[in-house]
Amino acid sequence: MTQDGARPGSGFTGGDDDAGPASGLVLPGPARPGADEPVQLIDPSGVRHPHGHYDPLVADVDGAALQKLYEDMVVVRRIDAEATALQRQGELALWPPLLGQEAAQIGSGRALRSDDFVFSSYRENAVAYCRGVDLADILRVWRGNASSGWDPYTINMATPQVIIGAQTLHATGYAMGIINDGADSVAVTYFGDGATSQGDVNEAMVFAASYQAPVVFFCQNNHWAISEPVGLQAHVPIARRAPGFGIPSVRVDGNDVLACLAVTREALARARSGGGPTFIEAVTYRMGPHTTADDPTRYRDPNELEDWAARDPLARLATLLDSLGLLEADYTDAVKARADAVAAELREGCLSMPEPAPSDVFRHVYSAPHSELERQQDHYERYLSSFDQPAQEGHR
Amino acid sequence: MSTMTFGRAINAGLRRAMDDDPKVVLLGEDIGRLGGVFRITDGLQKDFGAHRVMDTPLAEAGIMGTAVGMAYRGYRPVVEIQFDGFIYPAFDQIVSQVAKLHYRTRGAVRMPITIRVPFGGGIGSPEHHSESPEAYFTHTSGLRVVSPSNPQDAYSMIQQAVASDDPVLYFEPKRRYHVKGEVDEAEDLSASDMGSARVVTEGRDVTLVTYGPLVPTARDAAIAASDDGISIEVIDLRSLAPIDFPTVEASVRKTGRLVVTHEAARSGGLGAEIAASITERCFDYLEHAPVRVTGFDIPYPYSKLEFHHLPDLDRILDGVDRVLRRPNSLSGLDMEGPAQ
Ligand SMILES: Cc1ncc(C[n+]2csc(CCOP(=O)(O)OP(=O)(O)O)c2C)c(N)n1
Repeated sequence: MTQDGARPGSGFTGGDDDAGPASGLVLPGPARPGADEPVQLIDPSGVRHPHGHYDPLVADVDGAALQKLYEDMVVVRRIDAEATALQRQGELALWPPLLGQEAAQIGSGRALRSDDFVFSSYRENAVAYCRGVDLADILRVWRGNASSGWDPYTINMATPQVIIGAQTLHATGYAMGIINDGADSVAVTYFGDGATSQGDVNEAMVFAASYQAPVVFFCQNNHWAISEPVGLQAHVPIARRAPGFGIPSVRVDGNDVLACLAVTREALARARSGGGPTFIEAVTYRMGPHTTADDPTRYRDPNELEDWAARDPLARLATLLDSLGLLEADYTDAVKARADAVAAELREGCLSMPEPAPSDVFRHVYSAPHSELERQQDHYERYLSSFDQPAQEGHR
Repeated sequence: MSTMTFGRAINAGLRRAMDDDPKVVLLGEDIGRLGGVFRITDGLQKDFGAHRVMDTPLAEAGIMGTAVGMAYRGYRPVVEIQFDGFIYPAFDQIVSQVAKLHYRTRGAVRMPITIRVPFGGGIGSPEHHSESPEAYFTHTSGLRVVSPSNPQDAYSMIQQAVASDDPVLYFEPKRRYHVKGEVDEAEDLSASDMGSARVVTEGRDVTLVTYGPLVPTARDAAIAASDDGISIEVIDLRSLAPIDFPTVEASVRKTGRLVVTHEAARSGGLGAEIAASITERCFDYLEHAPVRVTGFDIPYPYSKLEFHHLPDLDRILDGVDRVLRRPNSLSGLDMEGPAQ
């Protein structure tokens, strides 16, 4: 690797220059230590800046496509608000809001092909939306009605992971399977800045690099792991870690949907063409609490929130659209109507969810009969039915 | 004497342990500024400093492994595992290192590490937040395992755990954090022992053994049974490794009947250990085979159904009826035969 030849402003903090070209795309230059400035195509004031390296990757994104990205972000913000309201109304036990992370999730999520497979944490509801999830399925777990919301194979997305970082290994293993099968799909894994401290995430990078697995590591650095600031997990930009494992990485403005789309497309193209894994650090901000059970006022400076609100991912795209004459009332009305409809569908799906039956606790523990569990189920059913019988002496 | 919640009592106990010994340090995720997700360490970082109450990176193996290193260096780390289900990434460090170093070094190295684990269910949490992993640890030699059930014990036992030169897993029944009780902060700790069981209510017909979250439920069952003229002796084990068998034994010799109840799954659980050990020790005194009332052999279920999994007062009383050969849900079943 050499220091020269780095593409100015490519945003890459490291990489392998013999990764080979992918589907006609220009792959990044070699390591450029210190290039920590995130890739940005739309700045916080809504101005679109040209970018020599990334513009070709989003050359197809015309005004209509930009409007579609905006609509996506409005809708998922609305889903998030509706779910938060449902939690406040006692309809959900808990909810992990993604407020502020819409661009990172929509930008990356809309880059994926339907045969790519996602392994996410619990906060990637906008990614699930991009995968075409049935809306109520998003809520099933948080309502306490099921252990998982959907069949992973129907939307090619694993059910959300609660154990921090575990999913990154699953994605890597899935990607190793893709290599064996000679396919050109990609495994994409989402995780937070906190997760990068876990052994699992670091081990996933070792495996991904060793096998040159077609996996994209998408880290949403939202600056907080519950109450812990990102500085506790990483002393230098997180994206700098991956090159040490032999994985090229890029920092991207996570509140810039277009930039997120561009860097994800590039990483996917590299993976599809045999170029191996890529690590993306989307620099964003969790504007809400960690979950509805969390109280960020105990640990977070309100000024910080204000700073980030000024970099809001939706506002900047709205400004850009406006400057292009693409934010007319008929369009915004249609977007609002769509968000309203989705929110209504979500609420209806939540409230009409059937209650689970007690015997459900015994289902799916094993794929084949298990004598001890059958015995426990039989005894428990006898116990429950004893309440239906007329009171016997000695039984309550 | 003062009245405080269970959670507050642990906080007060930790505070006292830290006051008494500058080598006591706390490590864990979110335990500093936030005071932990359950606020058990609330205010401790402010008062003792960030070098003694350390917010750690989000990595359980890292937390446990560095605690081992600190113990080598003469510290007494108190580790907080945020929720039961997150102890598994640290499992290797606990069972391969923490548990074995004293033995491996022929006593040269002490591992006075306390591992605090909020455990058990009943609070409507998502998966991995309601587990009862105690049997994994009671099965590992070299570890002491305890679980307090009331504010006084919480206060005393955390100090005893921290003072212990052996590693102690301190399982906190999270659904009881808000229960209030009297705490005698002047209690003479040398006079009590976290390893000894406590007779909660005396009785003559049935011995009901439990620990942690189910102690109040067992006590309620004893009260309900007394309406039917049944006298239950409830024993709160407090220590799960070692188990204070003499106390249980004395009770069973008196009652002739044993019911064990816990939230954890049945197979390979503590109930099995207690039933087998008591059968070995008290066979001639038993009027009925010991009965277990436990969680099922299933992954902890989602919250809408968790109360089917968790033993409650009625299920415990059904178990009591079984050892008394009173009409019960399994009446008429050949218990030795297969499920019908
Ligand atoms: C192994 C493990 N340890 C602890 C937790 C508790 N926990 C849940 S979320 C979280 C913070 C995660 O932060 P980050 O990875 O940055 O993701 P974010 O929630 O900010 O999206 C913690 C500590 C967990 N779920 N799993």
